[in-house]
Amino acid sequence: MSLDFATWSCPLPLRDYPNIVIGHGGGGKLTAELIQHLFAPAFDDEALRPPGDAAILSFDGARLAVSTDSFVVRPLFFPGGSIGELAVNGTVNDLAMMGARPLYLTAGFIVEEGLPLAQLGAIVARMAAAARAVGARVVAGDTEVVDKGHGDGVFINTTGIGLIPDGVRIGPDRARPGDCVLVNGSIGDHGMAIMSVREGLEFEATITSDTAPLCDLVAAMLAAAPDAIHTLRDPTRGGLAAALNEIAAASRVGIQIDERALPVNPAVQAACDLLGMDPLYVANEGKLVAFVAPEAAEAILARMRAHPLGRQAAMIGQVVEQPAGVVAARTAIGGTRVIPMPLGEQLPRIC
Amino acid sequence: MKYLAEFRNGEIAQRLAAEIRRMTTRRWAIMEVCGGQTHAIIRNGIDQLLPPEIELIHGPGCPVCVTPLEVIDKALAIAARPDVIFCSFGDMLRVPGSRHDLFRVKSEGGDVRVVYSPLDAVAIARDNPHKQVVFFGIGFETTAPANAMAVVVAKRQGLKNFSMLVSHVLVPPAIEAIMNSPSNRVQAFLAAGHVCSVMGYWQYPPLAEKYRAPIVVTGFEPLDILEGIRRAVRQLEAGAAYVENAYPRAVTFEGNQPAQRMLAEVFEPTDRAWRGIGVIPNSGWRLRDAYRAFDAEARFDVADIRAQEPPICRSGDVLQGKIKPIECPAFGNPCTPRTPLGATMVSSEGACAAYYNYGRFARAG
Repeated sequence: MSLDFATWSCPLPLRDYPNIVIGHGGGGKLTAELIQHLFAPAFDDEALRPPGDAAILSFDGARLAVSTDSFVVRPLFFPGGSIGELAVNGTVNDLAMMGARPLYLTAGFIVEEGLPLAQLGAIVARMAAAARAVGARVVAGDTEVVDKGHGDGVFINTTGIGLIPDGVRIGPDRARPGDCVLVNGSIGDHGMAIMSVREGLEFEATITSDTAPLCDLVAAMLAAAPDAIHTLRDPTRGGLAAALNEIAAASRVGIQIDERALPVNPAVQAACDLLGMDPLYVANEGKLVAFVAPEAAEAILARMRAHPLGRQAAMIGQVVEQPAGVVAARTAIGGTRVIPMPLGEQLPRIC
Repeated sequence: MKYLAEFRNGEIAQRLAAEIRRMTTRRWAIMEVCGGQTHAIIRNGIDQLLPPEIELIHGPGCPVCVTPLEVIDKALAIAARPDVIFCSFGDMLRVPGSRHDLFRVKSEGGDVRVVYSPLDAVAIARDNPHKQVVFFGIGFETTAPANAMAVVVAKRQGLKNFSMLVSHVLVPPAIEAIMNSPSNRVQAFLAAGHVCSVMGYWQYPPLAEKYRAPIVVTGFEPLDILEGIRRAVRQLEAGAAYVENAYPRAVTFEGNQPAQRMLAEVFEPTDRAWRGIGVIPNSGWRLRDAYRAFDAEARFDVADIRAQEPPICRSGDVLQGKIKPIECPAFGNPCTPRTPLGATMVSSEGACAAYYNYGRFARAG
């Protein structure tokens, strides 16, 4: 048998999806395209145009940050948290990434017929505690019930309103060449915690979600150097890789990170190795990436490390001029690789 | 992790790379057979540490890439049936058939589920007696024993609603086909460590001798790959051609004998089509007669589905090392992981996808 390379032939291109597929919610390219081509043109508004996790609205001289987020997590309770904490912390963090202090929240519940009231009660109690912990008031809500089989127990939507302090100018399009890139701790914990319980995967060590409100940490960082923080992002769906790519694109800069400096919990790394996944693409719920002026980086880092949510804070890279829009990593063995924007969900590999 | 960190040590990697540079006196073309190795090479930037004389050719060893178009089409047809729960490893969901992929079938109401083990699919069959549960049994010798085990378990449990769409491919016939090609440039192989952990490497000495090509059994961590390359270059420079095991922590000469017995019990060799390559004799496995009742192809009457793959890209040239992925005119535009034109761009294991995802700008910049 000889292999005739001359006749090597290829499959047809994949058509674009005419229907929503699961990857449209993955926080990668498919999500971005959905927003860019479907939602943004329909709802066209100047407040929607700047990239960012929250809209900035000026009102009577004050600047308000407004953000909304929906939470659809299975299972409803997982190591380190529940959908309740996520629903509060996720929205609080979107506000915090604009430097805003959370003031008000709304909560919408889409509940599936059959959900035990005790479970809903426990979830709501955790939401209330999470809101109180950051000094935010839940001031409006809504409840809908859907037929059994039409939801995963409960879906929660929260909207948050926060106040941006005077002088704070933070946005995903404000990263500048020379900026230092900081993270407040290990990446990938939330995504792997969820995956381990959802898929029944047993790892040697229990992996715990990192869900946490970041507004207090952000306030501490701002106190250290209010003008030096250019960009903040909480790398949720799509992980740190998606967040860095969004910032590189929005700021029209290149980002170079050093994989050796990246904090990764050994249990998360081991689980990722097992499944052929990359922790850079795994979701976080209590982490932020900060782009700060180089002269203030050490001071901000010190302040982060003094905070309970920043003990493992690390400087992981810096912003460069070229190639603009590209995120690259120095690998552990001294090579270089590109960290591309994910398409949709990261999938476990076969081998 | 404690067993892996030592194989990712940057200083040792630099030392190994320096040794490879020192011993290299001329151009050598080395093929890493396995897509997992390609992935590791690009993900870690290993190729950038090597001297320019060493050319790594990315072999066809990606189970997702080489699954033929018509098998994907059969999977799509079965998965779309309302009575079916279709179970697959995750990365098969994005591989396009002639018209669409499993994600699309799922979005149109097909019950498509990602599983981490074929035994999970057997459990789903047990829990859903009124549904037909089909597992997509693809992969090299690495995944085949677990798939064989799933069929045995399903038979033992008397499950009438479990079946498998089998499209297993085997490494040694592929190596032979590559070496027999008139346009072959490969001079040495890094054999796939995971495959050898199951099958051993007793099949390789005749190949190394027949084709005068060193074969080094190689693992998947950065230091494993550099060590595999170092040994291959050492043999090439010395004019030697024998089999070496550079992955002894996982591989023995005989391999995993219970797994091999399980494979022989359930599967028998068959001619198998490779996506984009065509049929290679005896390069695959199918279910033996005793287990034919678990053959999804027969159960769902999809054996007649045929698909044509028009020759519109240059992944053949990529596979034989004539061009690098970035030299293909279609690379990056229009051919991307989202809109793959060729087998090598189809999965993240493929050479073109690995270049696209990890190497594109590093090389351009």
